[in-house]
Amino acid sequence: MILVEIIEGPLWYIAAAVFVLGALWRIIGILRLGRRTDLSVPRSAALPGALKALFRHMLPHYGFFNRTKLHVFAGYLFHLGLFAVLFFAAPHITFLEKRVLGFGWEAMPRWAFIVAAQAAFAGLILLWFRRIADPTMRQISDADDHIGSWLTFIAMLTGCLALQESNVSLRALHMLAVEVWLIYFPFSRLMHAFTFVLSRGYTGIVYGRRGITP
Amino acid sequence: MTATKAVQAFVDTVDAAAASYIEACVHCGQCARACHFYETNDDPRLTPIYKLQPLVKAYKRHKAPFSGIKRALGLAPAEVTEDELNEWSELVYDTCNMCGRCTLVCPMGIDIAAMVRKVREGFVAAGIVPEGLTGAADRAINIGSPLGIKPETLRKIVNEQAQEVGIPVELDKEGADYLVILSAMEILNFYEVIGALARIFKQAGVSWTISTDAYEATNIGIQMGDKEIARTLVGRIVAAAEKLKVKYVISPECGHAYTALKWEGPNLVGRPYSFKVIHILELLDQLRREGKIRTSGMDKRRVTYHDPCQIVRRGGVVKQPRALLNAVSEGFVEMKNAGVANICCGGGGGVSSNPRAEDYRLRAFASKKKQIDDLKGIEALVTSCANCRNVIEEAIDAYGMELPVLGLTELLAEYLDEGGAGEPPKPAEA
Repeated sequence: MILVEIIEGPLWYIAAAVFVLGALWRIIGILRLGRRTDLSVPRSAALPGALKALFRHMLPHYGFFNRTKLHVFAGYLFHLGLFAVLFFAAPHITFLEKRVLGFGWEAMPRWAFIVAAQAAFAGLILLWFRRIADPTMRQISDADDHIGSWLTFIAMLTGCLALQESNVSLRALHMLAVEVWLIYFPFSRLMHAFTFVLSRGYTGIVYGRRGITP
Repeated sequence: MTATKAVQAFVDTVDAAAASYIEACVHCGQCARACHFYETNDDPRLTPIYKLQPLVKAYKRHKAPFSGIKRALGLAPAEVTEDELNEWSELVYDTCNMCGRCTLVCPMGIDIAAMVRKVREGFVAAGIVPEGLTGAADRAINIGSPLGIKPETLRKIVNEQAQEVGIPVELDKEGADYLVILSAMEILNFYEVIGALARIFKQAGVSWTISTDAYEATNIGIQMGDKEIARTLVGRIVAAAEKLKVKYVISPECGHAYTALKWEGPNLVGRPYSFKVIHILELLDQLRREGKIRTSGMDKRRVTYHDPCQIVRRGGVVKQPRALLNAVSEGFVEMKNAGVANICCGGGGGVSSNPRAEDYRLRAFASKKKQIDDLKGIEALVTSCANCRNVIEEAIDAYGMELPVLGLTELLAEYLDEGGAGEPPKPAEA
């Protein structure tokens, strides 16, 4: 039981601190590199370009859907499913209310949780399978891609095991998996959850000035 | 030592935007789906994001957040080696046009073409640049043009064109409104454009000139990734424009020349210009809208338009060529992916100046050929970049096709109504 107390107590605070401080450190580390002021005369404003790029790259555009449908399908399944489970599963809301935010919100019904979790699993498995099966994906993938996928998978799997909340050990196991995931996050490609705003934004700024949003 | 110079240049060139691109990439491989080199070679190494590998490794080892900790723990990528640079030279210079189509499909919106430019800067620092490009750079710096065109050659060609169309062209005319610069390919291969401009500008009442100090729009420095050369070449145009006190410099039918002068030039010379830069298509469309260009008759052929990447996708001049084409062509049809998502000719980004890349370039044209073939019955291809035009003409020969390739300015001049009170062109649908 001491292990459970450590996992649900100090280790949680350590993991949360590493996650928050590490992610901030990395984002600030990118931003502090700065960019030279663009002296060219713009055709249009930069900010609308950045906002347009931010939303435009959420969906396949310029007719590329047919070439990328597997990735789009799997990507949406995984990300939407994970988002729903993360923020609308009843135990998560209770945890966030009691341990982090001090307030809660309406949880999704159990059937919706099942659908969302299955979508997230299916999406993640499809994405990872594509990564190991496609020669191009193998060429560009590294250990971080696989570790990030597997840690996410394990966090999701232990979450399902802990769903009944009937077994303290299973709940602690899920919490431990999440803590490992949180500690790994700032040092890995999982950071794309935040850095996508920067990359889309910078491209939107450059080309927004040129009157085009790629 | 060679690799060290490259690594230093890679590290120096990474700013916040470049860092965000490296940090955001999730290795999803979508960029491969947009690349005509990948598509026509089926080689995983040609995946656009993979071409950045030496720079990514150097950044992650030396500059990225946590790179010190990772290095200490042995978790940082290994140092880039000279062998690696030599291996990547093919990926960086021979199989990338910096066309930017991969950015359209990237879920993170990464400007991979801009990153390839940064990778090339490292290769320049290391002295690992294909001979075709270094030769062109030497000629551009020492003679004034990558194709070795001297001022006397320019004078001769301009005079011949002036005589042919019966309109005098005054060189080095101080106080003209517009300074015309040309790409080397236009001066040597497609010089009729000079006569076409003389006729159009005479009708529109445009005051213009060409400088014998800076007639060359092509910027090999931009293509090979050499900022010093790029700065010198832009600087020549800026100096000539300011000496002649022109109000505008017209960027010609040349893709990367527009990027070099309009978008990167002020940053290279470190100050805003005292004149404005306008693309020739923007100016022609403006004159058309103002009713200063009168045309008569319409081209009856079934034609389509090839979008030069740097003018359209990376330059923002999308509607103007369509408006101009619709003014003189009855049979204009768009190819699939027309406009911002159009496919490169295969010769951009210095690939056409690099003989080592010829096989790749010709294979890449298969993607363009498919676009043309899918339209069925195309009788002429129109474009607005002399390099695209030359590359496409060569590829058409190599593929045994028969298809005239036309410059848009010349096509417009062909239908110019010089008889007097002709009809202004019909308004464009675009």
